[in-house]
Amino acid sequence: MTALHLQKVCKSFGTVKVLHDIDLTVEDGEFVVFVGPSGCGKSTLLRVIAGLEDATSGTVEIAGRDVTTTPPAKRGIAMVFQSYALYPHLTVRGNMELGLKQARMDKAEIAERVAEASRMLSLDDYLDRRPSELSGGQRQRVAIGRAITREPELFLFDEPLSNLDAALRMNTRIEIANLHRTIDSAMVYVTHDQIEAMTLADRIVVLRDGRVEQIGTPMDIYNDPDNQFVASFIGSPAMNFVKAAAYGFDKGAVLGIRPEYLTVVDSGRLSGVVTHIERLGAETNLLVALDTDDTLTLRLFGQYAFDVDQHVEIDFDDDKALFFDENGQRVR
Amino acid sequence: MNKARRNLPNTIAAHAILLTYTVIALFPVFVILINSFKARKAIFRHPLSFPNPETFSTIGYETVFKQGDFFLYFQNSMIVTVASLFFILLFGAMAAFALAEYRFKGNTLMGLYLALGIMIPIRIGTVAILEMMVASGLVNTLTALILVYTAQGLPLAVFILSEFMKQVSDDLKNAGRIDGLSEYAIFGRLVLPLVRPAMATVAVFNMIPIWNDLWFPLILAPSEGTKTLTLGSQVFIGQFVTDWNAVLSALSMAIIPVMLLYVVFSRQLIRGITSGAVK
Repeated sequence: MTALHLQKVCKSFGTVKVLHDIDLTVEDGEFVVFVGPSGCGKSTLLRVIAGLEDATSGTVEIAGRDVTTTPPAKRGIAMVFQSYALYPHLTVRGNMELGLKQARMDKAEIAERVAEASRMLSLDDYLDRRPSELSGGQRQRVAIGRAITREPELFLFDEPLSNLDAALRMNTRIEIANLHRTIDSAMVYVTHDQIEAMTLADRIVVLRDGRVEQIGTPMDIYNDPDNQFVASFIGSPAMNFVKAAAYGFDKGAVLGIRPEYLTVVDSGRLSGVVTHIERLGAETNLLVALDTDDTLTLRLFGQYAFDVDQHVEIDFDDDKALFFDENGQRVR
Repeated sequence: MNKARRNLPNTIAAHAILLTYTVIALFPVFVILINSFKARKAIFRHPLSFPNPETFSTIGYETVFKQGDFFLYFQNSMIVTVASLFFILLFGAMAAFALAEYRFKGNTLMGLYLALGIMIPIRIGTVAILEMMVASGLVNTLTALILVYTAQGLPLAVFILSEFMKQVSDDLKNAGRIDGLSEYAIFGRLVLPLVRPAMATVAVFNMIPIWNDLWFPLILAPSEGTKTLTLGSQVFIGQFVTDWNAVLSALSMAIIPVMLLYVVFSRQLIRGITSGAVK
């Protein structure tokens, strides 16, 4: 069964069109991540799925039911917000219960679901505290707990980790991955952080300016991008792009090569001068100004002793090079 | 506080300024209070001295209680003030929520229209208001005063509250919608508790002018049964002779209820349960 099916979904605010004919199918139990630069419409799309915004045209189906005009509470979804959005005047328990109480669920059933969620997220000690007495990570766990108790067909996450510090972000990321393994619901997750996208997703949807650029597994997107935008957006440091003709390739207009596929050799096809070195311990990033005026980024694993202004020769494996035409579309 | 900012001269200076201001602000109230307990001659001879055994007198309070139905005036003032504040906060918050939360045609225009009342004093329309009240048979009722004060307070209330409601996180309201709260529940159970400090501000701003107003009670409700405290006290102020004992006593007593109301509202200002809702 499909958990979510979008058909030709468009959204305009006044005369500004922010989503253009989005088609997407999310299977049961699948973890799909929307990723894209700010303003690409990924949050708007999530809000359309949640029912917080109406689609201007197109249909939204959740678990086989057309919910295009159904209010959010009746769509069988739960949402986790970037800002947690906990009810400040309710305890942790109250926060998790509210939605179920509103649905007039049996009291014993509510207690059971809250207990289950709190055990899963180790919130047992905090059930009677208010959100203001919790740390950021705990608050986000409560927000996730509130979503779990609803036992939705579809979980929606709106940049849930953006407000957490780096260490906590990794822990919570792992918790979300574990959660997805434990409960089999489909999840749709919005982020601008490609690490979250790559590590959590079964499939990634790359969006730009309200259009889907590519849908695929993380490794598909990384190894086999459909166009120059996807190639440059996924991967850090970003892919290098140079004019293909300048280096003797007659295929496509632009040659793209990932920084890690470039190697420093004794005598190679490219040569230039090191302009900057970033030493990260596990890897060393080099910025090299080529004799042909292009700048390349190299990602070398391990530690190397390079100096600024040092002359280097660079080469790469032709199989790893990607080619794009003038419009940025992939030439295979 | 940061240690660098907590040096002794600064502390002394800050407190000196605050204390001076407090003294200046409280001085008139203090003079009224001490003189209300003095005999008439003592009020004029030594207006700044405390009442002593020779000058002590409660003649002012006795006059106030004897002449006119002072408790009724008191009650009238209280009913008018509390009812007006209630309606200002209720309708003001509802209008502010609509303006802050929903996108509809003419939203901005409606906001400006409602805010217009801040700039145009309601007293300009006194004649028209009086005609309206006469036509609807509301002259000499407390309802007339409550209606006028509600209208007078709404513009500022809508203006202030809508600004505050815009700051309430959208995520929180959306979380409520996903949990199945109705728009009324979102208004009443999520947004109102979060803008309580703003509501208290609006209440305090509106309370004093309503309580002290002489204009509308004099024009719309001057009958014996509907007199407010301020209007009732006017009987002691004559064109040629003023019963200062009675005036000062009446004023002293008029301070008490507003002070109580202020304490109630200011507690709301301090209470901060809002933290931890978002971020």
